Amino acid sequence: MATLNLSAITKSFGATTVLHGIDLAVADGEMIVIVGASGCGKSTLLRIVAGLEAPTTGHVAIGGREVTRLEPADRDIAMVFQNYALYPHMTVAQNMAYGLKIRGTPKDEIARRVAETAGLLGIGPLLARKPRELSGGQRQRVAMGRAIIREPKLFLFDEPLSNLDAKLRVQMRGEIRRLQQRLGVTSLYVTHDQVEAMTLGDRLVVMHQGRAAQVASPMEVWSRPADTYVAGFIGSPAMNLLAGTLAEGGTAVQLKAGPLLRFTDGPRAGGDGRPLTIGVRPEHMLRDGEAIVTVALDLVEPLGSETVLHGMLSSGEVLTARLPGMVPAVGSAMPLAIPAEALHVFDAESGRRLDA
Amino acid sequence: MDAGQTLARGAEARQRWARWLAHAALALGVLVFALPIWITLVGSTHDAATIGRGDVPLLPGGHALENYATAWNSGGGTLRGNPAGGMLLNSAIMALLIAGGKIAISLLSAYAVVFFRFPLRMAAFWTIFITLMLPVEVRIIPTYQVIVNLDLFNSFTGLTLPLIASATATLLFRQFFLTIPDEYVEAAQIDGAGPMRFFRDILLPLSVTNIAALGVILFIYGWNQYLWPLLVINDRSMQTIVVGLAKMIGNGDSQNEWNTIMATAVLAMTPPVLVVVLMQRWFIKGLTETEK
Repeated sequence: MATLNLSAITKSFGATTVLHGIDLAVADGEMIVIVGASGCGKSTLLRIVAGLEAPTTGHVAIGGREVTRLEPADRDIAMVFQNYALYPHMTVAQNMAYGLKIRGTPKDEIARRVAETAGLLGIGPLLARKPRELSGGQRQRVAMGRAIIREPKLFLFDEPLSNLDAKLRVQMRGEIRRLQQRLGVTSLYVTHDQVEAMTLGDRLVVMHQGRAAQVASPMEVWSRPADTYVAGFIGSPAMNLLAGTLAEGGTAVQLKAGPLLRFTDGPRAGGDGRPLTIGVRPEHMLRDGEAIVTVALDLVEPLGSETVLHGMLSSGEVLTARLPGMVPAVGSAMPLAIPAEALHVFDAESGRRLDA
Repeated sequence: MDAGQTLARGAEARQRWARWLAHAALALGVLVFALPIWITLVGSTHDAATIGRGDVPLLPGGHALENYATAWNSGGGTLRGNPAGGMLLNSAIMALLIAGGKIAISLLSAYAVVFFRFPLRMAAFWTIFITLMLPVEVRIIPTYQVIVNLDLFNSFTGLTLPLIASATATLLFRQFFLTIPDEYVEAAQIDGAGPMRFFRDILLPLSVTNIAALGVILFIYGWNQYLWPLLVINDRSMQTIVVGLAKMIGNGDSQNEWNTIMATAVLAMTPPVLVVVLMQRWFIKGLTETEK
């Protein structure tokens, strides 16, 4: 069990800088999910923690011990790979035991721990099989077993569920979370899937172009996104981002699409006319209220209990709304209300959140 | 009879014709490949006089045992012949050394080129690769000079070393190693396996089928060597069977003992055939399957 501290990690490949100074402090037993679109540097960050890549500058400390220059084997970590990387010529038991065998663990101790770990993961009957004789979910479990058996200080997960089908993914997601909580091992989990990120993490690191756009709990990230990138990335369907300007002495916003919305949580700094980006989650849109916009629908997706509407505003901006129940067909123009209490206010230029 | 039936009948006839053609082509192929071997086999069962008359017998005769005994024990012709038993052993040692040496050296060099980053890595690889364009025959005179200067004339070292140095196997192993996912290397790194440990525990077991397939090819390559053994060995006790066989055929001054020569030829063919037959399963696996 250990803490993990990253300070000012940067990484450049030639002239390309993929990480621009990442700082992160992970508490003992915490599960941190690093989430971001592909190419944001999240896998590179994980590989730096693992020791598979060296950072250009910055330091990695595990359990207070500086490990920046240590080999992966000397860092007391375990990693679960996206394609599992099980050794194809070894049986499940041999795969799990390999790390212990290299460390010179006595045979009976290895046997005991293999049996114990297999029991924990429910893969006891598979121990004598080769990886090619296993299903995707079983391989996933064996990869987990290989990580757990070493009782490392830190678990690293590199998109471990992306090779599974949707149903299995949901199931394994739950299992990983339960297991991690039970073992209480500090974990770093990389994914591009925001649902995985929201459900698994104690805290999320939302990465964008080599920077940590926001580090916060899942609910915090969802309810108070730090900038327009996070706002658009977390949540499905994505948050609507509408242009507007500050009005009425900072107490309201004049949307380009028409209505004037009064802030319910207090005035924003800056003079009238300051350009803003206003975020509204599709599920917060209402059928009627005070600030009405008219949406020309071009796609209606009925999901049963609710309906997702896609359309265009008079300002030319796209709007998505998620409403309960059934909703009219394509082509019709529909009035929808924007609730003033559900607004997210961002600076239009920097994209940063503006709080009252 | 309607049009449909006519068409169907036509297609059937064409198919039957195509089947016949395929079988005829196959039979012709078998004949072309098998007839010389059959003549050799048959020739090894007649006495010297039958073949000496100029007949080419197509049916086995009754002298098989004595011909093979002569070939094995004395090699027949007093001056030129060598006992086949010793020559087979020499050939086997040579072929095994060449195959084993090539595999060992090319596994290691391919491992270095694929998995390690060091200065002039690609330069090293291309230098190895270029030797592909220089077969033994092209560099035979300088090689001969080197071997003689190193005092390796008439030794198995001198016989095999120049044939071991070649890029074919290195290239094949390099291509195979390139298909091994990086994750195996990384997983092994995290498991704490050092470079030699990774080589022994992960890479070698994954390469077994490739090694077997290449082993078969290289064994036959080594077995069939003619020019180099002819130059570098002149001690009769170290003669290889392929060279010995050729030497049994005289220059025309005296009668060739074709029956003994044929028997020796059959003996010379047997080990490569056995290797191919016994290793066939592995051989095909190595060429077609990848265990990943």
